[in-house]
Amino acid sequence: MTLLDVRGLTTAFMTGRGEVNAIEDVSFSLKEGEILGIVGESGSGKSVTALTIMDLLPKPPARIAAGDVHFNGQRLTGLNDRAMQAIRGPGISMIFQEPMTSLNPVFSIGDQIMETIAAHERLSKSDLRKRAIDMLDKVGIPSASRRLDDYPHQMSGGQRQRVMIAMALACNPKLLIADEPTTALDVTIQAQILDLLMDLRDEYGMAIMIITHNMGVIAETADRVLVMYAGRVIEEAPVATIFDHPMHPYTRGLLECVPSLTEDRPRLVAIPGTLPEPARRPPGCRFSPRCTYAVASCSAAIPPLEALETAHTAACFRARELA
Amino acid sequence: MTTPLIAATALSKHFEVGARGMFGLGRTATLKAVDDVSFTINAGETLGLVGESGCGKSTLGRLLLRLIEPTAGSIAFDGNEITRIGRMEMRGFRRSMQIIFQDPYGALNPRMSVEDIIAEPLVIHGARPGAETRAKVTEMLGKVGLPARAMDRFPHEFSGGQRQRIGIARALILHPRLIVCDEAVSALDVSVQAQIVNLLQDLQREMGLTYLFIAHDLSVVRHISDRVAVMYLGKVVEVADKATIYAAPRHPYTQALIAAVPAQHPAQRSRGKRERITGDIPSALNPPSGCRFHTRCPHVMPVCRERAPDLRETATGHQVACHLTDS
Repeated sequence: MTLLDVRGLTTAFMTGRGEVNAIEDVSFSLKEGEILGIVGESGSGKSVTALTIMDLLPKPPARIAAGDVHFNGQRLTGLNDRAMQAIRGPGISMIFQEPMTSLNPVFSIGDQIMETIAAHERLSKSDLRKRAIDMLDKVGIPSASRRLDDYPHQMSGGQRQRVMIAMALACNPKLLIADEPTTALDVTIQAQILDLLMDLRDEYGMAIMIITHNMGVIAETADRVLVMYAGRVIEEAPVATIFDHPMHPYTRGLLECVPSLTEDRPRLVAIPGTLPEPARRPPGCRFSPRCTYAVASCSAAIPPLEALETAHTAACFRARELA
Repeated sequence: MTTPLIAATALSKHFEVGARGMFGLGRTATLKAVDDVSFTINAGETLGLVGESGCGKSTLGRLLLRLIEPTAGSIAFDGNEITRIGRMEMRGFRRSMQIIFQDPYGALNPRMSVEDIIAEPLVIHGARPGAETRAKVTEMLGKVGLPARAMDRFPHEFSGGQRQRIGIARALILHPRLIVCDEAVSALDVSVQAQIVNLLQDLQREMGLTYLFIAHDLSVVRHISDRVAVMYLGKVVEVADKATIYAAPRHPYTQALIAAVPAQHPAQRSRGKRERITGDIPSALNPPSGCRFHTRCPHVMPVCRERAPDLRETATGHQVACHLTDS
């Protein structure tokens, strides 16, 4: 069953150079229990997409210029603050890249987890405490009842991310949005956190939207993948398809420019040029100035996201011919 | 045997950390950021240095250039002992040793033009700004793939990748022999990272450079390095040529580190298939006794808690510090 449905979502920001669309015409959906990976580089709009869904962007300068978000059959776009607050937590929860800045340094982690639960459920103090200990246990914090009174600075980066996950899961959300959840962590800790997210999905059946710039994180976790570039979705497919038959030249480039852990390659296949800033995006296909396959028509119009095979879409005029 | 370009012997850097508190109470502790580390880098080669946060890899890079002074041990540059020489004498060697930093935003002075940034090392080493330095800056800009007109612009006008090119041009203008690349590509987007990696390799070939390539990304390190050293809590635990260390790592920490790298294809997902090390990296202020990895090691033995293993050669060019390989 479709849990989240995003249609034509366009979020604009007021800047010194006028209004700029951070994301444009973003559409996708997410089923119950599914893990959707959203991959992209700086300025691709992956975080803005998540923050728009959660209604966490300051308005102004942000504004939803077009499109709709439906969650569990309910329209979220246009919901007032109070109604949206009821969705955040039990409906959709979010974890961020930097667990240190997302936790309040002057409250114990127990207080912060209990505060989250208390905002949505009426429970006695002792029940709240029990639930918080239970949550810390679930996310693999050893001797949870003792750690409950610790402050964020007393924990390592990996443990803080576990605490963030505990807070996010405290109200049993149907969807967890994880925005670069392991980017600030060391690789051995990253592996532990990704394992934990997968375990939690299997156990509780929640859907996860995992946002990352790392194709490895996508390979490890996602069922389906959305590739974003300069504010637009440029390809979408099941995870194996993205890795085996990428259709968009950008997706191919993204896969090729990562060095191998097992093979020697004389030279990396780099994508020339740099990512365009939101206010200075090129006309037509935004990837065209960096694309080896670009032809004149590529800079004339924005290629639409077209279904090329079942469950596989790409936004490239030459996708069929190059496939 | 030829003299290595860099030979570090029993190098240590200990920091006194003031846990003195607000009223001068409490006591100081010693943080052994780098502890008794020995290694060599041959001319023209790239030694990759990997390890997780706090393992001491950046401190080690700065020690080599004497940007910080070692607590003990010595460094020889091309056969010359440089740890105990004076400032002026060190200056002569500094021309030959440069560093490229991680953050292309923080490493460039925003008020200086690109020309002044790149020419600064020349000026420090006695050149007078003028047509000659300008010509050298133009040449370096060309080498790093930037147009000559970039010279009159300022850092904020450039993207992260372009700024890193400016940092590389500055490091190379004195034609050094050794470059310490301290997480030089870590902050860049992957599509841009590949460009900079290629550029570093081209420049190495062209200018005969030797690199100490410090990074936490194991696949980038494999790609660019000839040999790789792995650090854990201030100690080098394994050194080998890259093919060996990635295909047949001997130290349990190296094994765990490589096993933790995310799969490059969904068919190779690691969950449930690869052994994971549990727990966090212990604090460098209070490192475990004996082998520092023993608290997380799946093969821990009683001796590991008591005695630190020495870094020993187990095969030609392959050094491991582990009691398992000692017997």
